[in-house]
Amino acid sequence: MPYGLFFKDLTKSFATPARHVTALKGVSGELKPGQITGLVGPDAAGKTTLVRLLAGLFDADSGEIGVTGGTERPRIAYMPQKFGLYEDLSVAENLALYADLNGLDRTTRERRFAELHRFTGLAPFGKRLAGQLSGGMKQKLGLACTLVVPPDILLLDEPSVGVDPLSRRELWTMVRSLQNTGIAVLWSTAYLDEAERCDHVILLHDGVVLDSGTPRDLNRLVDGRAWKAALPDDSSVAAKRDLQRAANQTRGVVDAQIQGRTLRVVMTEKDAAPDFASSQFAPLRQLTVKPTTPLFEDTYLAALRAKRGDEAPVAADIGTYNVQAGQNANGRPVIETRDLTRRFGAFTAVDRVSFSVKAGEIFGLLGPNGAGKSTTFKMLCGLLPPTDGTALVAGFDLGRSRADARSHIGYMAQKFAYYGLLTMRQNMEFAGGVYGLRGKLLVERLKDAVEEFDLGPYFDLPCGDLPLGIKQRMALACALLHSPSILFLDEPTSGVDPETRREFWARLNALADDGTTILITSHFLDEAEYCDRMVIIYRGKLIASGSPDEIKRAGGDETRTLNEAFIALIEDYDRATNNGVAA
Amino acid sequence: MTRAPHRIGTEGQGFNRQRLAGFIRKEYLQILRDPSSIIVAVVLPLLMLFLFGYGVSLDAKHLKLATVLETDAPEARDFEASLRATLYVDPVRMANRAVATDALREGTIRGIMVLGSDFGPKIAVGQAAPIQILVNGTDANTARIMGGYAQGAWATWLLQREYANPGSQITPLVVEHRVWFNSGLDSHKSIVPGLMAVIMTLIGALLTALVIAREWERGTMEALLTTQLTKAELLIGKLVPYYILGMTGMAVSVTVGLTVFDVGFRGSFIMLFVTSSAFMLVVLGLGLMFSTLTRNQFAAAILAITATMMPAILLSGFIFDTRSMAPAVQVFTYIVPARYFVEALKTLFLAGNIWSILIPNTLALLAMAGLFLTITAVKTRRRLE
Repeated sequence: MPYGLFFKDLTKSFATPARHVTALKGVSGELKPGQITGLVGPDAAGKTTLVRLLAGLFDADSGEIGVTGGTERPRIAYMPQKFGLYEDLSVAENLALYADLNGLDRTTRERRFAELHRFTGLAPFGKRLAGQLSGGMKQKLGLACTLVVPPDILLLDEPSVGVDPLSRRELWTMVRSLQNTGIAVLWSTAYLDEAERCDHVILLHDGVVLDSGTPRDLNRLVDGRAWKAALPDDSSVAAKRDLQRAANQTRGVVDAQIQGRTLRVVMTEKDAAPDFASSQFAPLRQLTVKPTTPLFEDTYLAALRAKRGDEAPVAADIGTYNVQAGQNANGRPVIETRDLTRRFGAFTAVDRVSFSVKAGEIFGLLGPNGAGKSTTFKMLCGLLPPTDGTALVAGFDLGRSRADARSHIGYMAQKFAYYGLLTMRQNMEFAGGVYGLRGKLLVERLKDAVEEFDLGPYFDLPCGDLPLGIKQRMALACALLHSPSILFLDEPTSGVDPETRREFWARLNALADDGTTILITSHFLDEAEYCDRMVIIYRGKLIASGSPDEIKRAGGDETRTLNEAFIALIEDYDRATNNGVAA
Repeated sequence: MTRAPHRIGTEGQGFNRQRLAGFIRKEYLQILRDPSSIIVAVVLPLLMLFLFGYGVSLDAKHLKLATVLETDAPEARDFEASLRATLYVDPVRMANRAVATDALREGTIRGIMVLGSDFGPKIAVGQAAPIQILVNGTDANTARIMGGYAQGAWATWLLQREYANPGSQITPLVVEHRVWFNSGLDSHKSIVPGLMAVIMTLIGALLTALVIAREWERGTMEALLTTQLTKAELLIGKLVPYYILGMTGMAVSVTVGLTVFDVGFRGSFIMLFVTSSAFMLVVLGLGLMFSTLTRNQFAAAILAITATMMPAILLSGFIFDTRSMAPAVQVFTYIVPARYFVEALKTLFLAGNIWSILIPNTLALLAMAGLFLTITAVKTRRRLE
């Protein structure tokens, strides 16, 4: 009989010199044989702690972990977030090491290796050092090493993080194919769309289980509550945002989102269509709503709010903080690149990329890790000189007048780039000083920022201990202190929970409305739906550009998600250039 | 705590040769491919041997000594000439005290010898030596040596005069020095064995501390802990390759010491192997302990350098004799493992199999090895916390 695992009321806390953190507060659940159980939640929800408890790497403070099924100790295999590979060992040597450490018999070894090679497609790379593999290949090798002796229980800690959508899909197919062996799989992830593909889902938030069940069970919570309305074809960006704002203010609306040419609405009550007909806002009255299938993100938000007992829409009323931006909103291009190229030795990281961004646009720079989007980004910020081509930012040539261009740019780094030991006030004063603000002006800007971004309760606390969402809000406030007309955001919502992410996007929308131009990078493709326009960069080349709908159309079928369109575009490109295997 | 949590683990049973062999093979491959371990294990020892062997010398030879003759007496010139015959000082004639004093101040000479105007008459009647010696005290060691050389030269000269003209003088008392074990007073012969202790510390503690902390940093330790590898296999798997690497470094050092620096060896090679192995275990234990406690390459490296390398250089008797240290510091040297190893090495290289020294020192090393390895074994848990 195949094995499973159950856990009951697990609590786990960690003492750091500064404070005591409770990572898990009484978590219960089950991994059933032959099923993929999704452990879904944002960063710092407690996912890794739970996986490590189950792997036997931590001892719980209290609670119980037990085995179901067999009588002997089950074989538990665990793939850590960093895959656990030795980068200075070759693919074959890594496999051999884990085979030895897990006691794989020498007689059956060759056969098992052959199976794993076929399974992962790693056969041609046996002699290559693990450190020289791409992210997706490393992930496959990590999985092969974990599976080298067929386990009863497989624990995967965020296996798809930082991997391009194509490799993510392949990994899913691989793990799915293990199912008929009766293996119990735990798949932890921060990507909500992955939850829908699991057999069973545990929603974890802040050390507590929000809800658990099959994706269908969980979605039942929002059944009949999701609606969509097609927007007129000629809607301008600003008009879409006005509609979204008006929709958010309609009674009974939990959440209203723009997705391409549709407006998605989630209601508090089942089967109650949004009452746009009685809206004060004329364009909203003209929309026709139809029921639609709920997304997992809707479920998550609804579960979170049900747990807390509030139903108010997020950030329905967010003002704007940028004072200068309005002067720019005349639709002329403020960022323009022509044949932008960057080479590192023989390697061309960015290859003749041309695009332009109009004032007040939210523009996405998308692509898998290592595609060249960060390099493009760095060139636009003036952090890296281009090898060839030009980049104009706010009318300044970055090759010649970098400092002038920079005074128009606000930059928010991917990682929290402030000092953890300083208070928020000290950090913000420092950031303002760096941007050249001082005296009365600085005091005023800080006061406005605190008010606008609701930072009051945290203003005199050390930044290191603040929740991710608050840190991110502060980072955005800092980037806006000097009233830049252009805002550069590098993976700003990576790892934050959906609620914080929506609030963040509401702020970005408000800024864009006022004419601030926003350039954003992301490998999170659902998020690209929020962009007005975008380019997709792959292997250093621009492979697609346009609005979310145009991208979807370019991918073949308009009803697909951006993620699927993206995979299709990449596959087309690889087929056309015939170098798909060389990765 | 309401209920004891059920423990789930992957650790295998007993001791498995396949697991250990696989683990050691991995370490071996990593050592071969990582340039930094080759540098620490082979290049650095050679660099240190040649740097200390050729560059640093504690002997004072060819010291520039100004001579000022305020007399025309032939004896004065004769004595000055006798100075030229020695290796240790190079006399430079200067016109008067003022010129010589300036040169001493500028550092172009290390000392001044003044033969006064009454040199001739006083020698003639056999009175006490009318010689003045001025040395630069900023380098106390050289100054002391300089004074000693000058006195010795004077005594030798007097003796030779006595042989040449028997009965003409009062024969001064001559103290004859005889240096045992290192008759040439060649500092290489005591530095090179001491240096081996420093090199072994470097390979054993620093390299081991780095490689285990690296496993923690790169997340591979997390993966190892969820295989069947047991704690004993993990520790032995780390000890064996670095023990071999350290002993190889030792062999290289001994070979270079015996051939290039001509140090000579008077003891037994078996005893050398035993003592070195004991010391290797001590430093490996320390390295393992540091990396287990810190799990961070930077912190482990700083700890290994301040807690093992620096004491091995300063407090082991490698350069500075422990017996001439302040009493409080002397007590402190007893907890420095390198002290015992340096003493054993110097004995083996310079004196021979003196069991009354070798046995207590080796036993002290074995006891320390036991202590550190026990701490490491207790502190190493198959848990991430």
